[in-house]
Amino acid sequence: MNPAFSSLRRLLLAAAVSAPLAATLSAHAADDFITVSSTTSTEQSGLFNFILPIFSKDSGIKVRVVALGTGQALDMARRGDADVVFVHDKVAEEKFIAEGFGVKRQEVMYNDFILIGPKDDPAKVAGGKDITEALKKIEAAKAQFVSRGDKSGTHAAELRLWKLAGIDLDKAKGPWYKDTGSGMGPALNSAAAMNGYILADRGTWLSFKNRQNLSIVVEGDKRLFNQYGVILVNPAKHPHVKVAAGQKFIDWIVSPAGQRAIAAYKIGDDQLFFPNAEQAAEAKPVARKK
Amino acid sequence: MNTFSDSFSTALSLLLNADAHLYGIVGLSLRVSCIAVLLAAVFALPLGAMLAVSKFPGSRTLTVLINGFMGLPAVVVGLAVYLLLSRAGPLGQLGLLFTPTAMSIAQAVLVFPLIAAITRQIVEDAWLEYTEQLQSLGTSNWQAALTLLWDTRWSLSTVMLAGFGRAIAEVGAVMIVGGNIEGVTRVMTTAIALETSKGDLPLALGLGIVLVVIVLVLNAIAHFIRSWAARGGWK
Amino acid sequence: MNTSTQAAALAMFPLQAHALGFAAGEKQILDGVDLRLERGSFTAVLGPNGAGKSVLMRLLHGLLVPTTGRVQWGGLETRPAQQAMLFQRPVMLRRSVLGNVIYGLHVQGVAAAEARQRAQAALARVGLVHLADRPARVLSGGEQQRVALARAVALEPAILFLDEPTASLDPVATRAIEATLAELHAQGTTIVMVTHHLGQARRLAQDIVFVQEGRVTEHTPATEFFRQPRSTAASDFLQEELP
Repeated sequence: MNPAFSSLRRLLLAAAVSAPLAATLSAHAADDFITVSSTTSTEQSGLFNFILPIFSKDSGIKVRVVALGTGQALDMARRGDADVVFVHDKVAEEKFIAEGFGVKRQEVMYNDFILIGPKDDPAKVAGGKDITEALKKIEAAKAQFVSRGDKSGTHAAELRLWKLAGIDLDKAKGPWYKDTGSGMGPALNSAAAMNGYILADRGTWLSFKNRQNLSIVVEGDKRLFNQYGVILVNPAKHPHVKVAAGQKFIDWIVSPAGQRAIAAYKIGDDQLFFPNAEQAAEAKPVARKK
Repeated sequence: MNTFSDSFSTALSLLLNADAHLYGIVGLSLRVSCIAVLLAAVFALPLGAMLAVSKFPGSRTLTVLINGFMGLPAVVVGLAVYLLLSRAGPLGQLGLLFTPTAMSIAQAVLVFPLIAAITRQIVEDAWLEYTEQLQSLGTSNWQAALTLLWDTRWSLSTVMLAGFGRAIAEVGAVMIVGGNIEGVTRVMTTAIALETSKGDLPLALGLGIVLVVIVLVLNAIAHFIRSWAARGGWK
Repeated sequence: MNTSTQAAALAMFPLQAHALGFAAGEKQILDGVDLRLERGSFTAVLGPNGAGKSVLMRLLHGLLVPTTGRVQWGGLETRPAQQAMLFQRPVMLRRSVLGNVIYGLHVQGVAAAEARQRAQAALARVGLVHLADRPARVLSGGEQQRVALARAVALEPAILFLDEPTASLDPVATRAIEATLAELHAQGTTIVMVTHHLGQARRLAQDIVFVQEGRVTEHTPATEFFRQPRSTAASDFLQEELP
C-alpha cells in the first residue's frame, strides 16, 4: 500500500463501512412492530394518530402505517410488504381474499362520502339528498369536477356512483372532468383551487384545512356509505408476515376497546368514523346529525 | 388569510419552540441524506476520477450515461428501489423496505450520477494541469485518480453539498421506499407533502422554510470551514 | 545511491534516438532524429520556437510515444525509472512543500521514513528547508520551481530532463537553479536541458543539440558551437537570440 494516498483511502473506507452499518443497526433496533398498509383517509384524518398509541400502550406492538390509495395499499400487501391491510373498497377487498392474499376480511367501521362543491354552486345541487341526481346535474352543466383517478377506495366509489347515475364517463368526459391521479388531500387542494365539485370521504374533509370556497353540497344518501375493512395478509403467500402481532391488532380494533377508541375520535364536535365491527354490539352506529 | 406571513410565523415558532417531534424529523432527514451522500460518494468519487484520468473501453459511453442520469426523476429511482427491496423483489429477504436505510439507498442512487459526473469534470480539469508531471513521476492511473481527488477536495466538497442538497430536498423516492411512516421514516419533505395533503398550507410551507434554513445553515458552516482551511493555505 | 541503483544507472547509457519522429495529426513535429547522449553529459537543446525541442524531450523522457523510430537506453527499449523531468511551469500538488517532495518518492515505493529523510535532504540542497511546511501552491514561481527541482533531485535520477526551467524566473531564482544543476552534474547526473537562454547554455552545457524544423541539425561540443556553428541556421539563431 502506498502511504501517499492513505488519508483519502482511510476516509473512503471509513465512509464505506460505517454508513450502511449505522443505517442497518437503527433499522433493526425495534423489531416489535407491524406494518399496516392503509388509506390516506385514515392517516390524514388523524384517526391513526389517535387510536394507535392506545393500542401500542396496551400491547407493546408498534404500528407502522403506510398510507396509500386503497388500490395501491392492496398491491403493496400483494407484494408482501404489509402485515395487515386496512382499507375501504369492499369489492377490491373481496377480490384480494379470493386471490388468496388475505386470510379473512372483517368490517371495522364506516363513515360516508360527501359531495363537496363551491359555494356559488354552478350546477345547483346544494342541499340535495340524491347523489345520482347531483352527478347528473354536474354533468349536464359541465361544471368542474375533480376526480381522484388513483384507484383508491374513494375513486372506486365515485366510478360506481357515475354508473348508478347512468352516465358513461368514457363518453361524457371532457375538460370539466379533471382526472388528477392524486390522494384525497391533493385532490381537495385542486378542487379548492379550481372551485370544482369533488367526492370526498367525511374524515379527510373534516380534518382538511385549505377549504377556501368549498363546502358540503350533498350528504346523507344511503349509497354514500363508506365501509372500512381489515385483513390479515396470508402467511401462506408471504411467510414473513407477522401473524401473531397482526392478528393481535385486528382482534383489538374489532374489540370493544378498539371500537370505543374509534368512536372517541372527534374533530370539534364531529365524529369522523363509526365503529360497526360485528363483535362490538355496544358500540352502536351513532345517528348522523344535521 | 395570508399564507406567506402565516408560514413565516409558523416556521419561526417551529424553530423557536424546539419541538421534539419536529427535531426528530429534522434529525432523520439529515441522517438519511448524510448517509446517502457518503454511500454514493464512496463509489462516485473513484468512478468519476477514473473516468477523468483513464480512457478504457466503454469509458466514453459510461460518461454519457452518468451525465444523462443526473436528470433521473426521483420517482423512478424510488420505484426501482422499491421493487428491489419489496418482499416480492430480489432483495426482499433483507426486509429493508420502509426503513431509513431504504431511503438512504434510494437517495444514494439518485445523487450518485450527480457526484460522479461533476467529480469527473473537476478531476479532468485538474488532470489537464497535472498529466505530464504525474506521468513523469511514474504514477499509475489509480494513484493519479486518488491524488487528483485529494487535490480537488475543496471543489469536491461543494459537489458533496450539491448532492446533499438534492438528496434532502427530494420527496418522490423517499415517499415510495420509506412510506412516510410517522416516527420511523417521516422526513422533512414527506412531512411537507403530508401537511399539504391535509390542506394545512401554512404548516407545510413553514416546514419548508425550516428545511431551507437548515440547508442554508449547513452550507454556511461548510463554507466557513472551507475558507478557514483556505486561510491555512491548504487550498 | 546504492550499488544496485548505480549499476542500473550505468546500464542506462548511452541514451539513443534512432530515426525518431513524432506527428500530431497531419503535422510532422519531429522527423528522423538520431541522437546519442553519454552518461554524465550536460546537453543544452537549442533552437527557435516550434522547432520541436519540447517534443524531443518528452519523447526521450517517455511522456510521448514516438510515431516513428525508437528510443533506446543502453541498447534496450525498456524505460528506466531513474529519470526525472522539470517543466517550464512547475506543477505543485495541493499539499505542503515537503509533501510535494515526498509524493514523488512515495510513487516510486520508497518507505515513509526514508522518503521523509530524503525529501528533507533534497529541500536542503535547493535551500528551501525553511519553507518545508508551507503550502506549496502559495509560493512564488521561483520557489515553486526549486521545489520541483527538489522533488526531482530526491528521486536521485541518473538523468534529468529540463524544459526551459528558468524561462519565467527572475535572475536570483535562475541562479539558484543553475547552481544546483551544476552541482548535480558535477556529482554525475546526466542532464538534458531545453533553454532559450544562450548565456545559460554557455555557462552550464558541455554539448549543444540544435533543433531546426523538426530535425537535429547539429550536435557539437558547446565551445565549438558558440565559436563557429556549422549550419547557417544555427549562426543566424546565435545572432538573433539575446546573449
